[in-house]
Amino acid sequence: MYKLLLCLRYLRTRYIALACIVSVTLGVATMIVVNSVMAGFSSEMRDRIHGLLADVVLESASIDGHPDPEAHMARIRQVCGDDIEAMTPTVEVYGMLSFQYLGHWITRPVTLIGIDPEGKAKVGPLKEYLDSYREITDGDTVVRQPLRDVGVPAGWTLTPEAVAHREAVKLHELQYYREQDGETGRIDPSTIVEQPGGETRTAEREFDPSEFDTDEPGEENVADDAPTFDEPPFDPSKLFEDEIEEVDPTAPLRGRLFVGSGLVSFPQEDPQTGKVKTIVMVRPGDDVKISTVTSGRPPDTIHFNATVCDVFKSGMSEYDSSLVFCNLEYLQEVRGMLHPETGTRSITTIQIKLKDFKDADEVIAKLREAFPPGMWSIQTWEEKQGPLLAAVEVESAILNVLLFLIIAVAGFGILAIFFMIVVEKTRDIGILKALGASSRGVMSIFLGYGLALGVVGSGAGVVMGLLFVAYINEIEDVITWLTGREVFDQTIYYFPAIPTAVSVGMVLWVSFGAMLIAVLASILPARRAASLHPVEALRFE
Amino acid sequence: MTTETPTLDTPPDVSDDRPDTLAMPKPQLTCYALEKSYRKADHEVPVLRGVDLEVREGEFLSIVGQSGSGKSTLLHLMGLLDAPDVGEIRLGDQRIDDLPERTLDELRNHVFGFVFQFYHLLPELSLLENVLSPLMIRLSLLGYWRKRKELREQAREMIAKVGLDHRLSHKPRELSGGEMQRAAIARALVSKPRILLADEPTGNLDGETGREIMDLLADLNDREKLTIVMVTHDAALAREADRTLELVKGRLVGQAAAA
Ligand SMILES: Nc1ncnc2c1ncn2[C@@H]1O[C@H](COP(=O)(O)OP(=O)(O)OP(=O)(O)O)[C@@H](O)[C@H]1O
Ligand SMILES: [Mg+2]
Repeated sequence: MYKLLLCLRYLRTRYIALACIVSVTLGVATMIVVNSVMAGFSSEMRDRIHGLLADVVLESASIDGHPDPEAHMARIRQVCGDDIEAMTPTVEVYGMLSFQYLGHWITRPVTLIGIDPEGKAKVGPLKEYLDSYREITDGDTVVRQPLRDVGVPAGWTLTPEAVAHREAVKLHELQYYREQDGETGRIDPSTIVEQPGGETRTAEREFDPSEFDTDEPGEENVADDAPTFDEPPFDPSKLFEDEIEEVDPTAPLRGRLFVGSGLVSFPQEDPQTGKVKTIVMVRPGDDVKISTVTSGRPPDTIHFNATVCDVFKSGMSEYDSSLVFCNLEYLQEVRGMLHPETGTRSITTIQIKLKDFKDADEVIAKLREAFPPGMWSIQTWEEKQGPLLAAVEVESAILNVLLFLIIAVAGFGILAIFFMIVVEKTRDIGILKALGASSRGVMSIFLGYGLALGVVGSGAGVVMGLLFVAYINEIEDVITWLTGREVFDQTIYYFPAIPTAVSVGMVLWVSFGAMLIAVLASILPARRAASLHPVEALRFE
Repeated sequence: MTTETPTLDTPPDVSDDRPDTLAMPKPQLTCYALEKSYRKADHEVPVLRGVDLEVREGEFLSIVGQSGSGKSTLLHLMGLLDAPDVGEIRLGDQRIDDLPERTLDELRNHVFGFVFQFYHLLPELSLLENVLSPLMIRLSLLGYWRKRKELREQAREMIAKVGLDHRLSHKPRELSGGEMQRAAIARALVSKPRILLADEPTGNLDGETGREIMDLLADLNDREKLTIVMVTHDAALAREADRTLELVKGRLVGQAAAA
């Protein structure tokens, strides 16, 4: 009984103990805040890394791909259909994206992915990343409302804004060409989009027959011609005439793209205001040029023009600056992935979404059995991005170790302060022993004292940490306002706000850890107190 | 009345048969050939060189001696706060100085009451809590909680007995020296000890207050038949006891009792 009483009294009357409590509190609060932010970042990062990757990807070893995706999907379904939520066949191939900006051609290496937007949307997020479905904000102010409702399925159509933009550009170009007719001067830099007619008239015609396929119903043209790019198979002037005479030049081309925002825009700091602006080089409605290789033997380069239908921003710069989505059928046609006779289409990849990602290992094992390893590589998104994920994890583990040192420091503080208190209380310990208190009893006073400090300290720390996490963005605003420097620059981290994730386990772990350290730190002083000789303690001045 | 001669090798069975002790109450606490020396660096400082002592039930024994003669040391040995180098201490018929630590703790709590020169109250606790502390030490948390009313009443009674019932919630530093010493006496008595060991209870008080404390002790001895062993270097105070012994060169020498 006296133990408890003395414990509480010491807690109340020893203000030095407040230092212990404060150090435990700060340690715990820091750990909770940093862990929450780290967890927030890391889960956000995972989401982003996962982002455009499907749970499980079945990839052909060759970019030529394999015919008959339906048969493959049927096989997959047969092997592990119960675990699968959705699948979509795609064609993935390397390529180049070229467009004109301020009169210069910019060419970038890209990964070209032929998708069916609706199918792709079923295996992972897609719409969420497309500009037309998103609201555009600048800081806190909404610059533009979403152009499309989330209910609208993702597709290759242009938004009215993009159509308007396209019309304006085309009209401008037409006007320009009419005025400049006959002259071979450079194109006005302001018209950054190439003009299909104008371009093909000069040099590129033989490389790029598909460029002419701007007429919507011209399917059979490509079906016939695409596999044989090598020879100029038909009279281009005829098509050219078609195009000029019959086709509305403002209609989008048959090749349609979603382009990563990092490929077609760049941030620029305004020297006056210091604000970072995003300069857009290509916007939806513009036409760009894609170069890639056919699936023939040997692979040939092919070029085609395509209309950018949308720009996507997944928040993962690796994807945003390298991926270009293209309409699957068109890509298959231009790459010659259509069988000339049967008309079956080839694909290189099947993206699979699982019902529960926990089953991934099982699914992978089954699929690896079913599909020969030489022909197909089967990976989860985690395996594909293994090093990156590992880096995130290692980072957070290291940070945790470092942070725990903070609490360890608090522990040593407790140790020192407790020794002080034991010395200060030496005579009282002698008195207690003279009154019949056992050594264990005396020891438990100090152990209990340590535990009490730990409990109070970590309790306060948990409250403080959680409050800090809850108001972290407000706190960031205040700090920004106080220091005049942006603490959390949104252009550096794609996040609009500091992401946090509080896990109960983490909070418990941290607070129990802190309590344990407090108790451990009080063991030595407590043992010393217990081993004090009563007479010597009484004589102690 | 008696002359306690230093008998270094007294066999520990004869005390009852001595003619001069026959009329007296049974010895309650007996010390045989106690030796105690302190080791400082290399040389030993012998403090007690063979002390034989009988404390009889209900007597008021005082021990005098020069400063540094080892009075406190002897009292600590008797109260089981320290262990003798040689010799034994018996409570009734049972040897108690070599008992395990736990039993010693219990004996300190149940059998002995200590009063110190410097009061030695716990500064964090109020007067009432200080007085309650031996009871708290004795009982578990639950045990104390069950009997808390009763125990508080007991402590209050004891405080009333020493005349401090109006200062129950004061902290020791808010009390005067005399009041603190009374509180210490109340604390020593609350556990209903069989022997009160007082180490210069008036040493730190002025004459008047010391007088009061002495009266209190004498009264307790008189009315409650409490055995008291008091250490003092004040011969005048010692004379109030039933019996006075002097500690000289590490041995007890008898003195004529006043009463
Ligand atoms: N821990 C110790 N180490 C060394 N010597 C000690 C120790 N404790 C006591 N002594 C010595 O033992 C002797 C007796 O001490 P003690 O306190 O018993 O004397 P005392 O008779 O009570 O004196 P006073 O009247 O001043 O209280 C002293 O000489 C003291 O210096
Ligand atoms: Mg002394």
